Amino acid sequence: MLNDVSFSLNNGETLGLVGETGAGKTTTALAIMRLLPKRTGFITGGEIEFAEEGNLLEKNEEIMKAIRGHRISMIFQDPMTSLNPVIRVGEQIKESFEVHMPDLSDAEMEKKVDEILEMVGIPASRKREYPHQFSGGMKQRVVIAMALSCEPELLIADEPTTALDVTIQAQVLNMMNELKKKLGTSMILITHDLGIVSQNCEKVAVMYAGSIIESGTAEEIFTKDKHHPYTVGLFGSIPDLNKVTDRLSPIDGLMPDPMDLPDGCVFHPRCPKCMEICKTKVPETVSLGGEHLVKCHLFGGGEIDG
Amino acid sequence: MDKPVLEVNHLKKYFKTPAGQLHAVDDVSFAIEKGHTLGVVGESGCGKTTLGRTILRLIEPTSGEIYFNGEDITKLKKDNMKAIRRKMQLIFQDPYASLNPRMSVSEIIKEPMIVNKMCSSKKELDEKVKELMELVGLAPRLVNTYPHEMDGGRRQRVGIARALATNPEFIVCDEPVSALDVSIQAQILNLMMDLQEKKQLSYLFITHDLSVVKHISTEIAVMYLGQCVEKAPTEELFAHPRHPYTKALLSAIPVIDISQRGKKPELLTGEVNSPVNPVSYCRFYSRCKYACDKCKEHSYELKEISPGHFSACHMNFTGEIE
Repeated sequence: MLNDVSFSLNNGETLGLVGETGAGKTTTALAIMRLLPKRTGFITGGEIEFAEEGNLLEKNEEIMKAIRGHRISMIFQDPMTSLNPVIRVGEQIKESFEVHMPDLSDAEMEKKVDEILEMVGIPASRKREYPHQFSGGMKQRVVIAMALSCEPELLIADEPTTALDVTIQAQVLNMMNELKKKLGTSMILITHDLGIVSQNCEKVAVMYAGSIIESGTAEEIFTKDKHHPYTVGLFGSIPDLNKVTDRLSPIDGLMPDPMDLPDGCVFHPRCPKCMEICKTKVPETVSLGGEHLVKCHLFGGGEIDG
Repeated sequence: MDKPVLEVNHLKKYFKTPAGQLHAVDDVSFAIEKGHTLGVVGESGCGKTTLGRTILRLIEPTSGEIYFNGEDITKLKKDNMKAIRRKMQLIFQDPYASLNPRMSVSEIIKEPMIVNKMCSSKKELDEKVKELMELVGLAPRLVNTYPHEMDGGRRQRVGIARALATNPEFIVCDEPVSALDVSIQAQILNLMMDLQEKKQLSYLFITHDLSVVKHISTEIAVMYLGQCVEKAPTEELFAHPRHPYTKALLSAIPVIDISQRGKKPELLTGEVNSPVNPVSYCRFYSRCKYACDKCKEHSYELKEISPGHFSACHMNFTGEIE
C-alpha cells in the first residue's frame, strides 16, 4: 500500500529509492509503469507526469503499451526468472524492436541486437544461446540490454544487483552508469543497500511502510545531521566498514502490517523519539532547506531540533 | 594460547560430476579458539557452504583432518559422531526453509533435546524451552505458534534457539542474516554476539557480506574456488589486504561515504571460473591484473607473510605486491 508518495526526477538524474522489504518500493515502480495487478491494485489518487506526455494515469492501455519498454523501461530484481528459459537470448532482445520499431527490417533488428549485446559486454556470437547457458551476471546484463534496447528516457531498476556477487555487482553498476551517461537516461534505482545509493544516486528517497519519510539530494541525506529517526536507525543497523563498533544499534520491533497501519505516524511504535502527537496525527512533510524533506513531527514548524 | 576448539588440516572435498572432478573445498586449513569467530567470505560457488557442512561431516570429506577438542572426528564411527554433533551445531541461511512448517516453536526447539535424550521429564523439557526462548529474545506467548505465523527475524531466532538446545561449543553459521532486512539483521547479529560472550561459543561464520563479517569475526579467511587465498585477523585484513583477489573484493563493496563517489573500484574482469578440473597453478590467474608467467610455476601454498597473516599469492611472498 502506498500513501501520498511524491518525487520528481530531472533528465539524466538517478533517484535512489531505499527501504526495507515491504516498504512499497516495487509497488511504486509498478504504479509508474501502470503494471499493478488489475483486481487488487488501485491507484486512488495522484498524478504521474512523464516528460511531455502528461499524466500517465489518464492514458489508455494502448498508449501505455507504446510507452512501456520504449520510453520507460524496467529491470527486474531476479535475472534468473525474468528471462524466458525456452527462447534464445537474442530473440528475447529482438522482441522489443519488433513491438516498438516494427518498421525496421529483420536484418536491421538483428544488427541492433548485436550492437546492444556488445554494449553490455557480451559477444554478439552468443545471442543464439539460451539463458541457462549464461551466468547470473551475464543474465542480468541481458536483462539490462533488453531494458536499454529502445533507449528509454526513464529506466526503473528494481534491485538490479541484489542477486549478484559483489565483484559482479561492481561490474554491472559501473556498466549501468556508463550507459546512462552515454544515452542520457534518467533512472530510478530501487535498492536496500545504502552503499549503492551513496555511490550512484544524485537524489535519495527513503521509504517506510508505503510512505516516503525522507528525501533530498544525496549530499543532504548522507552528510547533514538532521534526519528522520527511521533513516538514523537504518544507518545504525549497517556495520560500518570504516569504523569499529561493538554493537549495532538496530531499530526495535518490526515493520507494521500494511493492512493494519498504526494511527498517526506509521513509524511511531518503533520510534525512539516518539511523542504524544505522533500517536494520533500524521506528520506533514517539512522542508529542512534545499531539497531536503522530512515527514516527522520532530521538525514540525522548526520548533524542536532533532 | 588456548588449545583451539576446532582445527582443520588440509581438508578436501571433491565431487564427481559428468564433466570431471569438482574441487569444492581444496586444501583448507585453519583453527578456531574458544569464544572466537572465523569469518569465511567468498562469492557464490566458492565452496563456503560445502566447507561448513564438511566440517560437521554432513558431507564426508575426501581427505584431511578435523580435530574437535583434540579428537580427529573424521575417523569416528557413526555412534560416536552422534555424541560429538551435540557439541557442534548449524544455523541455516534460510529461516523460511529450515524450520518444519508443521511443528510449533516449542516442538522445534524440543526436538534436538529429545533426540539426544537430554531431559528426563516433560516438565524439564518445557522449562528448557522457556529458558532458550528467553535467551534468544522470543516472547513466551509464541511458544505454540507455527513458523508461518512469524516474520523472518523471529524465525531465525527459533533456528538459533534450536541450535543452542544441545549446549554446543561450536556453531557453523551459514549466512544466518543474508535473508533478513538490515534492521532485523542488526538485531540478530547483536544477539549472536551476546550469546557468544555469555556461552563462550566459537563460530564459523559463512557469509558473502563483508561488512557483516568484519563486524562479527576475530579472524577472516577469504575463499576463492575452493581454496583459502588469504587469512588474517580482521583488522589486519581490512587495513592491509595483500592478495589481489581480496583487494578487488574489498574495493568492490559500495561504501556509505559520499566523498568516495566517482572513485573507480578495482573492477575484476570476467567471472568466477568453473571449479571443475581447475588449473594446477593460481586459480585467480585468469582474472588477476598482476598475473605473469611466474604465476604458472607456483602451485597452491598458503604462506605466512607477516605474523598471523597468510596469503597464497607468490608475489606476496617476495613482496612484489604490497
